[in-house]
Amino acid sequence: MTYLHNIGAYFLMIKDMFRKPTKWSVMKTLIFKDIDDLIMGSLGIVAFISFFVGGVVTIQTALNIDNPLIPKYLVGFATRQSIILEFAPTFISIIMAGKVGSFITSSIGTMRVTEQIDALEVMGINAVNYLVFPKFIALMLYPFVISIAMFLGIVGGMAACFFGGYSSIDDYIVGIQTDFIPFHIAYAFIKTFAFAFLLATIPSFHGFYMKGGALEVGKASTTAFVWTSVVIILLNYILTQMLLS
Amino acid sequence: MIEVKDLHKSFGDAHILKGITTTFENGKTSLVIGQSGSGKTVFLKCLLGLFEKDEGSISYDGKIYSELSTDQKRDLRSEMGMVFQGSALFDSMTIAENVMFPLRMFTKQSKSEMEDRVNFVLKRVNLPDAHNKMPSEASGGMQKRVAIARAIVNNPKYLFCDEPNSGLDPKTAIVIDNLIQEITDEYDITTIINTHDMNSVMEIGEKIVFLKDGLKAWEGSKENIFITDNEVVTDFVYSSELFKKVRKMYLEEHKK
Repeated sequence: MTYLHNIGAYFLMIKDMFRKPTKWSVMKTLIFKDIDDLIMGSLGIVAFISFFVGGVVTIQTALNIDNPLIPKYLVGFATRQSIILEFAPTFISIIMAGKVGSFITSSIGTMRVTEQIDALEVMGINAVNYLVFPKFIALMLYPFVISIAMFLGIVGGMAACFFGGYSSIDDYIVGIQTDFIPFHIAYAFIKTFAFAFLLATIPSFHGFYMKGGALEVGKASTTAFVWTSVVIILLNYILTQMLLS
Repeated sequence: MIEVKDLHKSFGDAHILKGITTTFENGKTSLVIGQSGSGKTVFLKCLLGLFEKDEGSISYDGKIYSELSTDQKRDLRSEMGMVFQGSALFDSMTIAENVMFPLRMFTKQSKSEMEDRVNFVLKRVNLPDAHNKMPSEASGGMQKRVAIARAIVNNPKYLFCDEPNSGLDPKTAIVIDNLIQEITDEYDITTIINTHDMNSVMEIGEKIVFLKDGLKAWEGSKENIFITDNEVVTDFVYSSELFKKVRKMYLEEHKK
């Protein structure tokens, strides 16, 4: 029953997010602040992880190809496919559920604990719109982060090839161009938009409706990370089945 | 005027408010007193609409709160100011931005008009130089005064204060009490204060509602509280030796 109640409350929160919008002059500032916190603030870690995971994918692919009949350009092909189809949209989203999600839950949860959300509601402000909507809009720029992750993942793979000598740069470039299907990019970005929505709303829900004190803020952040990851993984399966099969 | 009729509120099996009926008049400072756990905060949050009542009615100048649409409720709330127990200032904003916030949200004033109004109310609460401080840099008393400034900046019709002087030293507590009283008189606001500070009762209680176990056990003025023989009230209000002496002196003085 609790799960059903929470699912119902989550959808009501989403409905509330679009009701009685906050004054544009105020909302504009909030959106820019959230773009800075959620998008710009994540670029460093996303770039770092993408570059090195791209390298690791390349090394592992190269080390597992010991048949001389398999062409060397397959390393680049496999790296590109892994990064574009799964690593950048899904794996980075799980990392973002930890980084951005826990930030959203703890900041909104702290506002709940210290009665700042009550203060907004007493003033007649739609607190859900004020707090969650700017995060939702800011995270619509999330595909920009994923584009960078895709690019740096592939560059990381190329660097691993070059420094590790697993294949030549030319072979790698041939590999990343082989059998390129543009719809795979569209598929990755459709997933990214869906995950961005989840990243903005699930952690906000856990922060907004939390009860208790400082300890519960920590618990809510953990719960938000777990649920955001679970829903991302499930939705990833559903979207992959729908779009690629 | 705020009219409360037969207000009930439960959380699960816990019946917190058990049928409270009272009125709070315009331009007066009313105090809601009672022991911890008597239902004061729940009562105040029901008045503010932060908790939905189970039974009964609350009306603001004749408008029954539960019959208003969501948007009408939000409009009514924009006429309310609230001073929370922990001040509830927005951490990410400076003191001036906190005070300016209701103006930015609900008025079409220019930036200079808003700044003038913020300067005026900050001066009014004796914080003329605190504009650029963050709430975390302000003392408890300063935070309370900023919360009062934010609550009154948009000229509210109703002001609610939840234990405004909890955690403050006696001198600052009296400053806060007097400030709320002065502002209520100056702007003709309907003010309701939740407190268990007996100094507040003696200083500013134009009307006092005493809650016990979710029921209204007594109501009257601060003069009445000296002469009441209601044991529940006297046990609570005159629990300290100091207040017993104060009451004795008051009664002796008024016998003459």
